[in-house]
Amino acid sequence: MPNSGIDALLSVNNLTRLGQGLAVTLKLSIISIAISLALGLIYGIAMTTKNKLLYGLLKLYLEAFRVIPLLVWLFLLFFGGARAFGADTDGFTASVIVFSMWGTVEMGDIIRGAVQSIPACQRLSAEALGMTKARIYRHVIIPQAVRRFTPAAINLVTRMIKTSSLAVFVGVTEILRVGKQIIEFNMMKNPMASFWIYAFIFVVYFIICYPVSRLSKRLEAKWEY
Amino acid sequence: MGFNWGFIVKFLPNYAAAVALTVKLAVLGVSLSAVVGAVCGLVLYFKVKVVRTIVRGYIELSRNTPLVIQLFFLYYGIPKLGLKLSGEACAIIGLAFLGGGYMAEAFRGGLESVSEAQLESGLSVGLNAWQMTRFVILPQALSVAAPALGANCVFLIKETSVVSVIAIQDVMSLTKELIGMYYNTYETLAILVLCYSLILIPVSLAFSLIERRLRHAEFGD
Amino acid sequence: MGILARGDDSVEILKIKGLKKTYGGKTVINGVDLTISRGEVAVVLGPSGCGKTTLLKCVNGLESHQGGVILFNGQPLGEGGLKWTLARQKIGMVFQSYDLFPHMTVLSNVMLGPLRAQKRAKDEVYAQALELLDRVGLSDRRDDYPRQLSGGQKQRIAIVRALCMNPELMLFDEVTASLDPEMVREVLDVMMGLAKRGMTMLIVTHEMEFAKAAADRIIFMDEGVIAEESEAGDFFKSPRTERAKRFLNTFYFD
Repeated sequence: MPNSGIDALLSVNNLTRLGQGLAVTLKLSIISIAISLALGLIYGIAMTTKNKLLYGLLKLYLEAFRVIPLLVWLFLLFFGGARAFGADTDGFTASVIVFSMWGTVEMGDIIRGAVQSIPACQRLSAEALGMTKARIYRHVIIPQAVRRFTPAAINLVTRMIKTSSLAVFVGVTEILRVGKQIIEFNMMKNPMASFWIYAFIFVVYFIICYPVSRLSKRLEAKWEY
Repeated sequence: MGFNWGFIVKFLPNYAAAVALTVKLAVLGVSLSAVVGAVCGLVLYFKVKVVRTIVRGYIELSRNTPLVIQLFFLYYGIPKLGLKLSGEACAIIGLAFLGGGYMAEAFRGGLESVSEAQLESGLSVGLNAWQMTRFVILPQALSVAAPALGANCVFLIKETSVVSVIAIQDVMSLTKELIGMYYNTYETLAILVLCYSLILIPVSLAFSLIERRLRHAEFGD
Repeated sequence: MGILARGDDSVEILKIKGLKKTYGGKTVINGVDLTISRGEVAVVLGPSGCGKTTLLKCVNGLESHQGGVILFNGQPLGEGGLKWTLARQKIGMVFQSYDLFPHMTVLSNVMLGPLRAQKRAKDEVYAQALELLDRVGLSDRRDDYPRQLSGGQKQRIAIVRALCMNPELMLFDEVTASLDPEMVREVLDVMMGLAKRGMTMLIVTHEMEFAKAAADRIIFMDEGVIAEESEAGDFFKSPRTERAKRFLNTFYFD
């Protein structure tokens, strides 16, 4: 076989660099997921409020992220921030902020859905058994809510990992940007590089996301009733 | 530092063209994914041998990789194998590849929601396989799948914002270009938000209306 | 009901020989022989899980069978014989849970089979549908959707849906089992009317009084076989088998 160009990929140096890019991608994802989980818990519980004004504001925040594409939010923060504060906005920070703001909304909505999905009769029948409020939560409400929350939350994790690829738009040196750099460097001597590098990155994302979404589906099927 | 209305007016035609392109890509991408999704959904539902395995693999690939990567691979990677596609073609194929997987799941869910009893009922009046699909299965499946299909449409339209990575003159790349050239950042970003709001708010409202109506007319005995 | 004329009793419309049905190793029907004559009303009784619903579904090809043959007017049904889509046009079936098509009006429900499967002319089908709906007292509900109807009304429509195909044999699978008690009568009245008109019917039911009144013959099933087969009057007065006695006893409190 003539030069397939796969050697562009197989050099230790390039693989190390792609690995570093992947580390940035994962770091970005994990930080955003952690923040979303923490803030989403607060947001989700706040969404169950009976205060109409608070609910309206939270709902507006939700709809804003449901309607406007995430990349637009990223542009707003990245370019708008640069303009407002003069300084060079750090793409990584901008990405973390935007992904977390979005993740909070999604996570919060999942939590709200999980809490509200538990039918009132469950609480009533627990009360009828003479359980205390704390015990009702401990043994009836929370276990059921967790079963509804977990598969959806894990599914959100894969969505957030995929979304981290948007960071390439604001100059973060994540895996895709590293790939581009390697391709540009090899442009002359290895024209096939772009095929192999992008195929590699495609596969890497799949290898990370597939098991996670598989887990989500498994849990969903297991806990379906 | 006032809001520069003159700037906005000056570039309005550029924005109109960019929005038109985004809408065009979205319409074609969504339509094509609906077709791909419907075919794949039917293959899964009717358990077509071998093809089913391929479809399952495709769905997992499309759902577990980001559109940005799919587009890069299509636009920069695939041409190395000798198949050169225009940016627009790549964008539409990419959207269809991504959306097809999501649409397939929505269609499959709708199809599988049609109860065994309904199938027996249809068979008992002598319908053949095609008539069953056309008169009994599809109408019920589509109304169950409608909310998910609608959500997928909104999701795909939002995803079109990503196609600027492959040298397409859409709203996103116009924004980036204008910010780079004129530094009228606030004006540019305001129009950007406005453009997407104009496209997406009516669409999401329309779908939530349809969904509400379907829920109102809920079937069941 | 022996006083009613039922046409030519000698013509066998349905003949089942050695029918066997298994579900993954479990035998549900274990060698059933049954003959139904034209114009006959046969009621299948038996404890739940005895295989009576499965028997009906086998006759309509909704369940496949693993052994034996089903002859309809002398012709074998299913693979190698009369195609199920054609057989089902002559064998109507009514289900326990009505199963009307929720997305269609009453009239569309009734006309779907005749128009699509039988490809009959619309005017003719429309006239027949209206006449049948009128007969069950529901012609004014023809443009309603199933969700707007009561259970009893839905079940009467389901009967009309089957009748509009001009079937030669009607199968009824516990058609009153899901109904509120006050709606049972309206459905049974329709079936009684059909019996009087000479319709051949194979009925699975738990309504003992109805069985007594409508049936020419009682087929008592237990554990996948026909345990007893007799004239309706004889069965209720003096069941021959111990199993039948025990079954009948569960319906009385004395």
